[in-house]
Amino acid sequence: MEIKEFIQNFADQFDDTDASEFNAETVFHELDEYSSLIALSIIGMVDDEYGVTLTGNEMKSAVTIEDLFNIVKSKVG
Amino acid sequence: MNYNPFSLEGKTVLITGAASGIGRVTSVECTKLGAKVILTDVNEKGLKETMSMLEGKEHSMYCIDLTDQTQIDEMIACLPPLDGFVSNAGVTKPSPVKFIKKADLERVMSINTFAPICLTQRLIKQKKLKDGSSLVFTVSIGGVYTTAPGNAMYGASKGALQVFVRNVALELAPKIRCNSVNPGMVNTGLVKNGAYSDEDKQKDIGTYPLRRYGEPRDVALATVYLLSDASSWVTGHSLIIDGGKTLY
Repeated sequence: MEIKEFIQNFADQFDDTDASEFNAETVFHELDEYSSLIALSIIGMVDDEYGVTLTGNEMKSAVTIEDLFNIVKSKVG
Repeated sequence: MNYNPFSLEGKTVLITGAASGIGRVTSVECTKLGAKVILTDVNEKGLKETMSMLEGKEHSMYCIDLTDQTQIDEMIACLPPLDGFVSNAGVTKPSPVKFIKKADLERVMSINTFAPICLTQRLIKQKKLKDGSSLVFTVSIGGVYTTAPGNAMYGASKGALQVFVRNVALELAPKIRCNSVNPGMVNTGLVKNGAYSDEDKQKDIGTYPLRRYGEPRDVALATVYLLSDASSWVTGHSLIIDGGKTLY
């Protein structure tokens, strides 16, 4: 899996945040639009796209998008 | 002094979802109040653990999958006449609407809604419910009184079950009563692991005026009341047990 594609899939869960805000170092919990519903959407996206089940605590432990990418990557297949 | 209007002495009660959570504690409390219980669950290990926690004797268990009509029918054929039925088995799968999958929806609806309806239908048709008996369904405040992000599938399943409860209450009166308990968030396996982080849960607890999630026993004792003769003039009621959550 590629981080570029992961960031794109991640960004797709947001409606109002500018695409330029999303990169590997983005501290996503601090984005204004981030909410419990967005968190559930990201969990849903990761399940759909990568076949990986993320827990709420894993979402919480990731600081940047890259952290989350690494968690997902470690759980793939 | 032996006065206890909540006694279940002499009553036989069927309880589903008895291997864990609210179902387990309800089973134990019912036996402490004198009931003979018949427990079901798909989880055999958990069911045996619950059996070992019961008071008194002559209890039995059936390890069956309630989504399988054949297994339901085989169990019902073996059941004695019942004074009470507690429909408690339930599952959840938090998911925003745009990520709902049909397979998940079918699983949630089949366990939370179809199974209780089909089991109730058979209990009535096979005349397993004695005159004066009481049916209690574990519904929820979710879907009926509250909404939450990601809770659409669970809410839809419980909303449908709530409507079913009211219809059963009307059809089975005056001989049989039918009510629901409607808990807020309760500390069970359904809540402990999964999609919500510990921080989300702490925030959510802040929305409960009594400042805690429920414990299984909080719900079990409400079910005991609805099973007992203390509630003999109560039918079609939804008993909210939610630490004040729905006051907002």
